[in-house]
Formats: sequence, C-alpha cells, structure tokens
Amino acid sequence: MTSDRIAVDIKVPNQTRYLRLIGHIGENIARTLRNFSGDRDKLAYDLNLVLTEAMTNAIQHANEGDPAKEVHIEISIAEQRLVIRVFDSGEGFDVKQYAQPRHPLDEHGRGIYLIHTIMDEITYRPTGSGHVLEMVKRL
Amino acid sequence: MNLQIEDKGAAVLLSVMEERLDAHNSGDLKNQMLKLFEEGKSNLVVDLQAVRFVDSSGLGALVSGFKNASSRNGNLKLASLQLQVKSMFELTRLHRVFEIYTDSNEALASFQQ
Repeated sequence: MTSDRIAVDIKVPNQTRYLRLIGHIGENIARTLRNFSGDRDKLAYDLNLVLTEAMTNAIQHANEGDPAKEVHIEISIAEQRLVIRVFDSGEGFDVKQYAQPRHPLDEHGRGIYLIHTIMDEITYRPTGSGHVLEMVKRL
Repeated sequence: MNLQIEDKGAAVLLSVMEERLDAHNSGDLKNQMLKLFEEGKSNLVVDLQAVRFVDSSGLGALVSGFKNASSRNGNLKLASLQLQVKSMFELTRLHRVFEIYTDSNEALASFQQ
C-alpha cells in the first residue's frame, strides 16, 4: 500500500486570529491520510488541538504577543510518523514546568499538558533566532 | 464573539454561537461573564451546542466563570456539549467540577429546584 508522504510549511502572523486556519490544516490532514486505521474523528480533533495549543504558546509565551512577529509551522508525515514543529522568535518558556496535569480549578497552563497526552515525543530547543517546539506522533 | 445572552430569571443563559472556543475568542466570553457578575448575576448556564472545538484557553475561561459564580454563592452549569468537547472535560477532569446537562432547558430547570 502507498504510504502517506505530506509536508506542509506555513508562516502566519503572530496573532490568534490565525489559530483557526492552522487548526483546520491539522484536521484536514487527519481526514486525508491514506494509511490510518484508528479513530479519524479523534485524530482530527487531536491535531487541531495540538496545533492550536502549540501556536497559542508561541504567540503568548515565546513571541510575547508581538503582532509584528511570525509563527512558522512545519508539519510532515513520512513512514507513519507525524512531526509538527512550531518555531517562535522569542526568549522561550519552560516546557517542563507545564508537562504535569494542572489542578482542575487552574485557569492557565493546560496547553502543554494536553499536547503531552496526545503526542509521543516533545522537545523544545533553541534555534539560531528563537526556539522550536517539536512534537512527534506515531500513526 | 457571537454570544447570545438571555436572562431566564433563575439564571442567565449564554449561548456560544461559535464553532471554536479558543485563545482567539475565549477572552470575550470571560469578559461577558465578568460583566454579568458585576451586574449582580451569579447563576449562569453556558450552552455549547454550536461549539465543536474547545482548547485550554476555552476551558480556562469557563473555569474562571465557575470560580467567580461560586465566590458569589452562585453556579455556572454547562449544557449541550458535543461528544469531542465533552471528552476534553473528561481528559482534564473538569467533568467533576462542572454540572453538565444534556440541554439548556435541563440546566435552567436545575436552578429552579
């Protein structure tokens, strides 16, 4: 059977109005995959959520809400492995601090935890001009 | 944000008429709820029938509303959750915090008992 090979590279302004666009790309990828036998509706929601949360983190915590900055997102699928990279151009944030579940009544800090529940691997590391949050899921 | 607000007597019904409740629009919901609390309302029903996607910011706005209602001896109850939205509440254990009803009529009736 032909395996899926997809690569998407997109740059959008550092603004929350673009969350919908990025989230929908994730959903559409889930609905388009040829070799996926799991729950497609769940995968569509999960990819929408992971992209939305990762981009929100980049906008609010790494790019410090500066609307002139950009968020760069790469999504690639090869060999049944989905890799999402979200690049920011800021000082970064402590990803480990948010990896644990929050108290139910906390108003903030659930985004990275939600990404952890969906993806198999998460790393956050510096690049030349900022940071990249890399998330991997085996399909 | 497209939000319908109706005073139903025992509680105020807020119907979120958006497909997504995320970091782009959850601040609007939070501010509308704060305005109602400032007007002296303390019992709210948030109807999410139209919402098919909620993120951590959307959950955070609802938690904020719940805490504000509780501190005023009121309550914030939820109605009409789509299946995947309900799963988000379960994943974050928030289904133990909120009273969740099948539809807004049931949620409103629970305030009249």
